[in-house]
Amino acid sequence: MMVPRTLFEKVWQSHVVTTRGAGTRDDPGPALLYVDLHLVHEVTSPQAFEGLRLAGRKVRRPELTVATVDHNVPTGDRRLPIADETAARQVATLVRNARETGIELFDLDAPDQGIVHVIGPELGLTQPGMVIVCGDSHTSTHGAFGALAFGIGTSEVEHVLATQCIVQNRPRTMEVRFSGVPAAGIAAKDLILALIRRIGIAGATGYVLEYTGEAIEGLSMEGRMTICNMSIEAGARAGMVAPDATTFAYLQSRPRTPRGEAWERAVSRWSSLRSDPGADHERSIRIDAAALAPQVTWGTNPAMAADITERVPDPADAASEADRLSYRRALEYMDLRPGTPLEGLRVDRVFLGSCTNGRIEDLRDAATMARGRNVAPGVRAMVVPGSQRVKTEAEREGLDRDFTEAGFEWRNPGCSMCLGMNEDILLPGERCASTSNRNFEGRQGKGGRTHLMSPAMAAAAAVEGCLVDVRGYIRS
Amino acid sequence: MQAFKTHSGRVVALPRADVDTDQIIPKQFLKRIERTGFGPSLFFDWRYRPDGLPNPEFELNHPDAAGASVLVTGPNFGCGSSREHAPWALHDYGFRALIAPSFADIFYGNCCQNGLLPVVLQEGEVAELIRRAEASVGGYELNVDLIERTVSDTAGFAARFQMDSYRREMLLRGLDEIGRTLELEAGIAAFERHRSEPAVRGVS
Ligand code: SF4
Repeated sequence: MMVPRTLFEKVWQSHVVTTRGAGTRDDPGPALLYVDLHLVHEVTSPQAFEGLRLAGRKVRRPELTVATVDHNVPTGDRRLPIADETAARQVATLVRNARETGIELFDLDAPDQGIVHVIGPELGLTQPGMVIVCGDSHTSTHGAFGALAFGIGTSEVEHVLATQCIVQNRPRTMEVRFSGVPAAGIAAKDLILALIRRIGIAGATGYVLEYTGEAIEGLSMEGRMTICNMSIEAGARAGMVAPDATTFAYLQSRPRTPRGEAWERAVSRWSSLRSDPGADHERSIRIDAAALAPQVTWGTNPAMAADITERVPDPADAASEADRLSYRRALEYMDLRPGTPLEGLRVDRVFLGSCTNGRIEDLRDAATMARGRNVAPGVRAMVVPGSQRVKTEAEREGLDRDFTEAGFEWRNPGCSMCLGMNEDILLPGERCASTSNRNFEGRQGKGGRTHLMSPAMAAAAAVEGCLVDVRGYIRS
Repeated sequence: MQAFKTHSGRVVALPRADVDTDQIIPKQFLKRIERTGFGPSLFFDWRYRPDGLPNPEFELNHPDAAGASVLVTGPNFGCGSSREHAPWALHDYGFRALIAPSFADIFYGNCCQNGLLPVVLQEGEVAELIRRAEASVGGYELNVDLIERTVSDTAGFAARFQMDSYRREMLLRGLDEIGRTLELEAGIAAFERHRSEPAVRGVS
C-alpha cells in the first residue's frame, strides 16, 4: 500500500532533483529543488543580475522567469517620470536586466503591471503543484493554489537565475483547520490575524502550513490568497490550500493557463494534489471560524491583535517578562493606553491595497462600505488596486466612482503605502487603518502607527474616522 | 563568498525579541543596486535621533560597543521582509557573527550566503551572554568557532551550537553555491527531460 502523503510532500517530492549534504538521519541535508516559476521585482534583483554578470553566467531558463515593477513605483500620475532618482535607477536597472537576459517584464505602462503576488495568479502564471519562488517574503500568497511558494534572498535569486533550482532544507508541516462558517462581516483577514494572534509571529517557524476545513473550502481564491499571504507573518516558510473546484474555476481561461485538452489533463493532474486520508502533519491546530469577531492589531507586530470589541491590553497582564517589555514598547510607539476601547480609536489615514488585500474582491467589499457615504473630515483615505487588471475591472464595475464620490483617492497599482518606498507614506504620529500585512515600527513611514484589518473594516474606519465594528455596519 | 572559520571580537548586546528586517535596514535604503554601502544605515531609526545625530540611548552607540563584531540578541531575529539588505548592512557595519535563541528562516539563510555566521544558542546561554556583556567594563569579547562549533569567552563561558553540515562546509570553505549547483547540470537537465512541465508561457 502507498504511504499516505500530505499536499506539501507531493509537491516537494516531485521537485527534488537531488539531495545535498550528509544525508544522515540527524543531518539529512537540504534538497536541490526544481523551480517552475521565478518571479522578480526591482528591489531584490539588481545585485543578483550583477552577480551573474560578474561571474560570466547566463540565465538558464529565461522563459520560466517573469518580472514586474511594483515596490517603489509612484501611484500618482504615470505619465510623469519617476521623481525619485534612486527609485528610477532601480526600475531602469530591472528593465535593462530583463531585456539583456530575455526575461518577460511588465513595465510601468504595461496593461498587466501590478504587485508581483497579484499578477502571478491573475495571469494564470501561478498554477497548482508548482514550486514558485521570488525574492519577497509574501511569495507564500501563491500557495493558495496548491503550489509550494516561498520567499528567498537575493543570493538565492541569483542561484535560481543561474540554475533554475534552489537549495532548501525540508520544512515540517502543520495543518491549520478552520472549522465552521464565519459570521457575516468576518473576512479572510480576520481568520489569518486570529491564527497569528494565537500562535505568535514565530509560531510557525520551520513549517509549511496547510489550511483546511469548512471555512477555507468556502473561501474564494482571493480570500485564500489573503490567508496564505500572511503565513509568513507567523514565521511559516509557506502556506498551502489544496486545489478544488474554486481553484479550477478561477484559473480557467486565464491568459497563461492551458486550453482545451491540455486544460483537462492539467485539471486531472491537479485534482490529485490533496493530503491523503491518514497523512501525518507534524503539528495541527484548530480554530473555530464561526466564533471569530473582526480582528484589529493594536501593537507593532501582527500577533498583537484583538477583537474589535476588546480594549488595548495591559502589559501587566502579559504572559511573560519578555512580552511585558515588548507590549510596553509597542504601546509607547502606538501612543495607546491600556484599557482604551479599540472601537472608537481615531484614525488620520486609511490605506486600502497591498498583496494581502488589493484584489478585486477586497475592493468590492470596501466599496460596499464606502458607497453613498463620505470619508470623515480630516481623514485621508487612499485606494491602491493591486494591479492594472484589478484597476480596470474595478472601473468597469464602477467601484472607482463609489470610492471617489465618497472622498477616497483612486490611485495606480503598486505596493504603495504597504511599505512606503515611494512617496505614499505616513507622517510621524499619524494613525492608519490599513489592509496591508505588517504593522512594524516605521513600516508605513517613520513614526507612523498602523492598525491592520480587513478591507471592509478599513473602509468603515474611513467613513467614521475611527475604528468601528463592521458587523454593526453591514447593509441588508 | 567570504569564509568563516573562527572569529574573536567585541560583543554588543541588543536584548530585544523579534527584531524585524524593517528595523535592521529601513525601506528608504533599499533603492541601492549594489551589495555594499548599507552599514551607515543599519538600525537607522533606532541609531539616529531626528536631528541626525547618534542616539546615545541605543546599544550600538555605547562607547563599549565601538568596533563590535559579534551581536547577541533576542529570539526570532530577522523576521519580516526577505531583504538580503539586512545581512548586507550587518556585515558592512562590521558584524561577523550573530548569536540568538532563534532566527527567522529566510534571514538565517541569507546570513549564510554572506559569510555572516548565525549562531543559535539556548535561551539561558544567550541571557548569560547578555548579562556578561552588560556587566563588563570597557568591552566584552567572545570567540566564535565554526570548526569546533563553540562560543566561548576567557572567563569560563563555553557553549556548543549546531549547524547543518551542508551550510557549515560552505561557510568554512567560503564556497560559491551557484558553482556547486552548476556542477550538477547533467542531473538538472535529466530532471527537466523526465517531467511533464507546467506551461508558464501560455497561449494568450
Ligand atoms: S504589497 Fe507590501 S507586502 Fe506585498 S509585495 Fe508589496 S511591499 Fe511586499
